[in-house]
Amino acid sequence: MGATSPMVRPGRSIVLPYAANFAALRDDLPGGNLPWLAADRSAAIARFTALGLPSQKIEAWKYSNLTPLAKTDFVTPERSIADAIRTQIGADFAKQNAQHQRLVFINGIFDKTLSDRVDPADGVRVLGLADAMAEDGDFLKAQLSDAPYFNSNALAELNSAFMADGCIILLQPDAEATLELLFVAVAGEGSPAYHPRLLIAAGAGSRAVIQERHVALGDGEYWSNPVCSINLDRGAHLQHYKLQQESPAAWQTALTKARLADAANYENFTISTGSRLARNEIEVVLEGANASCTLGGSFMLSGSQQVDNRLFVDHAAPDCTSRQVYKGVLDERAHGVFQAKTLVQRDAQKSDGHQLSRALMLSPDAIMDAKPELEIYADDVKCSHGATVGELDDEQMFYLRARGIDEATARGLLISAFLNEHLNLVSDSSARNLLAAAVSEWLQQHGLGGAE
Amino acid sequence: MLEIKDLCVSVAGKEIIKGLDLSIGAGEVHAIMGPNGSGKSTLSYVLAGRDGYEVTSGSVTYKGQDLLTMKPEIRAREGVFLAFQYPVEIPGVGSATFFKTAVNAVRKHRGEKEYDAMEFLKVMRAKRDELGINEEMIRRPLNVGFSGGEKKRNEILQMALLEPTLAVLDETDSGLDIDALKIAADGVNALRSAERSMIVITHYQRLLDYIVPDFVHVLADGRVVRSGGKELALELEENGYGDIVSGAEAAA
Repeated sequence: MGATSPMVRPGRSIVLPYAANFAALRDDLPGGNLPWLAADRSAAIARFTALGLPSQKIEAWKYSNLTPLAKTDFVTPERSIADAIRTQIGADFAKQNAQHQRLVFINGIFDKTLSDRVDPADGVRVLGLADAMAEDGDFLKAQLSDAPYFNSNALAELNSAFMADGCIILLQPDAEATLELLFVAVAGEGSPAYHPRLLIAAGAGSRAVIQERHVALGDGEYWSNPVCSINLDRGAHLQHYKLQQESPAAWQTALTKARLADAANYENFTISTGSRLARNEIEVVLEGANASCTLGGSFMLSGSQQVDNRLFVDHAAPDCTSRQVYKGVLDERAHGVFQAKTLVQRDAQKSDGHQLSRALMLSPDAIMDAKPELEIYADDVKCSHGATVGELDDEQMFYLRARGIDEATARGLLISAFLNEHLNLVSDSSARNLLAAAVSEWLQQHGLGGAE
Repeated sequence: MLEIKDLCVSVAGKEIIKGLDLSIGAGEVHAIMGPNGSGKSTLSYVLAGRDGYEVTSGSVTYKGQDLLTMKPEIRAREGVFLAFQYPVEIPGVGSATFFKTAVNAVRKHRGEKEYDAMEFLKVMRAKRDELGINEEMIRRPLNVGFSGGEKKRNEILQMALLEPTLAVLDETDSGLDIDALKIAADGVNALRSAERSMIVITHYQRLLDYIVPDFVHVLADGRVVRSGGKELALELEENGYGDIVSGAEAAA
């Protein structure tokens, strides 16, 4: 199908160039009848067109190549879901904890049938984005304008132009919630591309645990381009975990931006094992004094998989703390990237920032690019960064083998130790167990799980 | 039990052990003493099978088999145990998980039934109590944050769990105060038996007050320059290594 083909049927396909498809699709997108939303979308596609799909000439995209992605003729997923697919999702991906409430997204579309109803009486309001477009445009408009957004970010603009669904999660002051978010990709006849938007606004003193899990039915190609915007009011705590176990042919380009008021705390831990290319881009603005964030993550890759973790923490207020610590295990020709930048603004005295990247190379063909960066304008700060890339420790290997443990099991023990120790950054114990299970599942699948 | 003949070992192209002979019978405890750099630790690593220690000539026969062709894990399963001078810390590996994996690997090799979690817990608790090791230590990651004394006691605990036939103790006394030394020595003595041979490597005579050897050998410049009974250790304590070592160098 030609890139600018007039045969593009609304609701069916998006092909390059994206702008032409946008023109064909715009009126059929949910909320197409809201003039302000239509104007926002048009502005977004104009900004995207000016920026273009990120190329490796852009510093932030230096290590990842989107050219193959641009060659795929992606389609817009159907909104209607066959019951058989729902049944299969229910069977394949059980809720991680029966006590939790779960929201399910199929190809980015909020699925009310599979999702649990969240009672607003508990101080937590959950609203599907398409529902908000249909029912409460003004509310959505207010939420969108409050939410932190991205500067000169082409993929965020693409999301803004095409966003068809997602959800809004609002926590009243002092409310508490634990939510599971399951994103399931279903690649049917075509390769779907979707751009969900998640808006999280946590009131003062509220506490939430949000566990995202990204999976696929089957191993087809698709492109998931989610944007998550988070507002944490004074003293709010958000523990945000993401388990990315997508199809080996998948592309995921995820953007998360969090803005923190005084004494708010944002904890993110992201584990990536799936997809062909996963880009995790997380920006945190520490706007209020004494705010803190921990951005942790692990990636375990094999084949020619790539994960590009790009972090940015902006210390805009004094007495804030940030941690950015990622660890990866790279086998075969896998490629890991850690690009982390900490900016300490002039008035952000007593900032405490630390960045660390550690990679364990299991193969001579694996690649790790680590670029921790500090940009400091205040004079009274405590900031550090480091990066290590290495193989398994000979002394540790010998110690284990000298106790009768065979080489393969010893390797498995050390790799598992490297990954499991890192999970100490996850402060929610139930989430930690879940992430640990994902780590051991990966080890088992890769013949490294000899020991318990 | 162990027969070492004319052993020569190089590390990174440098010859460290230069024609060492040693014969150890079942149930015997041999002390190997010598100045720094005489090849004591090299000998322990060669016996345990560490990479990077190149045997250029000679042989090591253990229970009638060629020890040098065995992988380290096979040596361990066949009953060779090295108590490390510097036990390595392994963050993320729980001590108990590690012990169970090791013990079951050895038991499987010996044709014994592997322990399940409950059985192992019982066995470990018994050995732990004997050595005065508290439960909290076992819960921690392997050797992480252990004091010098705790690390050495942890080595002795592993020895008790793995029930070796040849134990090589590499400077188990180094870094221990007298109380910790006594505890470690008591643990070792409790494991002495007619079937179990031991090589106790030490720089100082002090340890041999608590682990009394049947034989003492002095290692200098990569070979045994003198052998004798336990009284040789006392002689060394009094006169130092000077005379023996320089005599050996003159002879060489």
